[in-house]
Amino acid sequence: MKYFPLVWANLMRHKRRTVLTTASVALALFLFASLRSVVTTLKAGAEVGSESRMIVQSAKAIVFFLPRSYRERLLAVPGVAAVTWADWFGGVYQDPRNFFASFAADAESYLEVYKSDLELPADQKATFLRERTACVVGKHLMDKFGWRLGQNITLKGTIFQGDWTFTIRGVYRAVDPAFGEDVLVFHYEVVYERYPRWVNPGWYVLQLKDPALAPQVAATVDAMFKNSADPTKTGTERAFNANFMTMWGNVSFLMDSIGMAVVFAILLVAANSMMLSARERTNEVGVLKTVGFTDRLLFGLVMAEASAIALGGAALGLGAAKALYRPSGFSAMGFLPGFDVTAGTLATGVGIAVALALASGLVPALQAARLSAVQALRHVE
Amino acid sequence: MRIPLIYNVRSLLRRPVSSAMTALGIALVVAVFIAMLALAHGFQMALVRTGSPDNVLVLRKGADSELSSGIGRDNAAIIAALPQIATGTDGRPLASPEVFVPMSLDAATGGGDRLVVARGVSAQAFEVRQNVRIVEGRRFAPGQDEVIIGTAIAPRLAHSAVGDTIRFGGRGWLVAGHFSSGGSAFESEIWGQNEQLMPVLRGEFYQVMVLRLRSAALFDEVKRTVEDDRRLQLDAHRESDFYAAQSTVLRVILNFLAVFITGIMAIGAVFGAVNTMYAAVASRTAEIAVLLTLGFRPRSVLASFLTEATFLALVGGLLGCLAALPINGIVTSTTNWSSFSMIAFSFLVTPRILLYGVLFSLVMGVLGGFFPARRAARIPVVQAIR
Repeated sequence: MKYFPLVWANLMRHKRRTVLTTASVALALFLFASLRSVVTTLKAGAEVGSESRMIVQSAKAIVFFLPRSYRERLLAVPGVAAVTWADWFGGVYQDPRNFFASFAADAESYLEVYKSDLELPADQKATFLRERTACVVGKHLMDKFGWRLGQNITLKGTIFQGDWTFTIRGVYRAVDPAFGEDVLVFHYEVVYERYPRWVNPGWYVLQLKDPALAPQVAATVDAMFKNSADPTKTGTERAFNANFMTMWGNVSFLMDSIGMAVVFAILLVAANSMMLSARERTNEVGVLKTVGFTDRLLFGLVMAEASAIALGGAALGLGAAKALYRPSGFSAMGFLPGFDVTAGTLATGVGIAVALALASGLVPALQAARLSAVQALRHVE
Repeated sequence: MRIPLIYNVRSLLRRPVSSAMTALGIALVVAVFIAMLALAHGFQMALVRTGSPDNVLVLRKGADSELSSGIGRDNAAIIAALPQIATGTDGRPLASPEVFVPMSLDAATGGGDRLVVARGVSAQAFEVRQNVRIVEGRRFAPGQDEVIIGTAIAPRLAHSAVGDTIRFGGRGWLVAGHFSSGGSAFESEIWGQNEQLMPVLRGEFYQVMVLRLRSAALFDEVKRTVEDDRRLQLDAHRESDFYAAQSTVLRVILNFLAVFITGIMAIGAVFGAVNTMYAAVASRTAEIAVLLTLGFRPRSVLASFLTEATFLALVGGLLGCLAALPINGIVTSTTNWSSFSMIAFSFLVTPRILLYGVLFSLVMGVLGGFFPARRAARIPVVQAIR
């Protein structure tokens, strides 16, 4: 520790260089943490679905409806505790760019099935269920558009033609942030009044008595409707969400390869800076050796300097990413609910910083250690 | 008087490792920048090429995608009788009422399924959509359970070779051929005859209607006629604009990412260049003083060092372009959220994107070189020579 002032003095000799290099490392790790968090958030999104809920959809494709009559038959399947359904409404609020999901649902059973994931005050729930033109909205969506409880909002139908006005009667919070708070749910009956033939379950949600029953329930349900006009495909909600996430394409590969490029680019900057410093100090190294500094000690001093830059930069960059995203509620327009820098990402970031310190310090440190004092003192810059 | 460029090149070569590291750092930034723009551009072009300005796409009023649209047979007949529609070789109007449904199909590898658009078209479709070509096999025969598959999607689906039977919508379809369409989104679709696909899909109505106009200038007239007709609750769009608009959301996201990611990377690379150039100036103090003594103006010294930094960055930029070139043509896929189905497309590296990459590197060079160059120009001669 007594050499700390020496390392510090060396760092401070070229203040500008030290600051710029540390800042580049910080920026790189900030970027790395951001990219990595996209991947982890997508993964968390894929795993948020419950194992004890199942999604029944049309085997033809998700855009096909299932008959409403399936509800009673699904309820009768052994192991199924509750059944609800919803349909994609596809309403546009003011401008198509204000995209969010809106579901026409069998409201009462829907809230019942999702009660463990959604926090909705009891009085709001009661009002919502009583009022046919009411809707409930996720907290994030409320904040995004600055809506108030009791406000009327009008959506323009893309599938169901016309203007649809709903009164916000409830605001839900998600228990697990990865569940998202970006959906608007309302009574399907509103659409039914105008389009009795066209509003049907886009998907059913089954609440199982026991998650272990999932394979049997899936097999029973799919066998039951196999030869009907509307065959079904049943899977756990988790599998459904995971499949949905794959639809983005190979995002993790894209993010990881960019992350690699970022890290490598910054390695070049850091290593270059260390080598510049080392070259300018050849004389000094000679002096230190003459007064009795050992090779090993000189090696350690250069490594300490490299580590200070890499780890300092890492602390700044990773800290900024951690402090910025979660508290600001960043969710990439609702596409990445619960966006957060995980502990695993932070650990990987620190690992990268250590590798960066080793790689950028190694060559100059070895040079310093191997240099003979006579040669160093003869060296003219 | 100008200081010759060879002075800068030789100076850079005197510090080969440091110069190479700085140039490589810039090269990486430029390569990532080009790759991301190529991704965004490839996706956009796939959708832009899909539409033709001579074509009109008719959808239900308010529908923002083919998926959410619906047109009854009666309405389709009214539209097909519009006088502005061009006539085909057989004397019939070039109008294709189409069925459009994303279907779940088995993936070629890794299990799972893919949502792929099945499009039922009329016999006129190949004259309406003139960029569609059969590359293998033949067209589907009318009245038969036959389909043709786009070249972009075929390798990603099971049972998609010509002669195979592919299953969807509760029955099997003979794969009669594969078709290409100049890299457009149609290459990610399966086409069959509309009357064959309609009953197994969504019932007795079409989703969209495509018309080929006698002249692109007639569009406004057709749009007015369609949208003013009280019998029809329909909107008319210029086909090229309609598909291009579908790429907007993802293109905006990708371009934002490109600027955000490479912007941050660039700051790091510029800092690296600043370090290198300051070190260069410091180690050449005496040299610079000599130049100034010889009568070179401080302005020339500034220009010389700025040139050196820019040259270094330019080398990096060109390297980055070279490194990014191989990704041109690599096929990737994502979901077109407005049709809720898979779309396969290629990275497209265009000369314009390469130019942006080079310009980007020059900007980095100027930013990284300016302050060190100014320092060089202001060196006090007497002290420096001593």
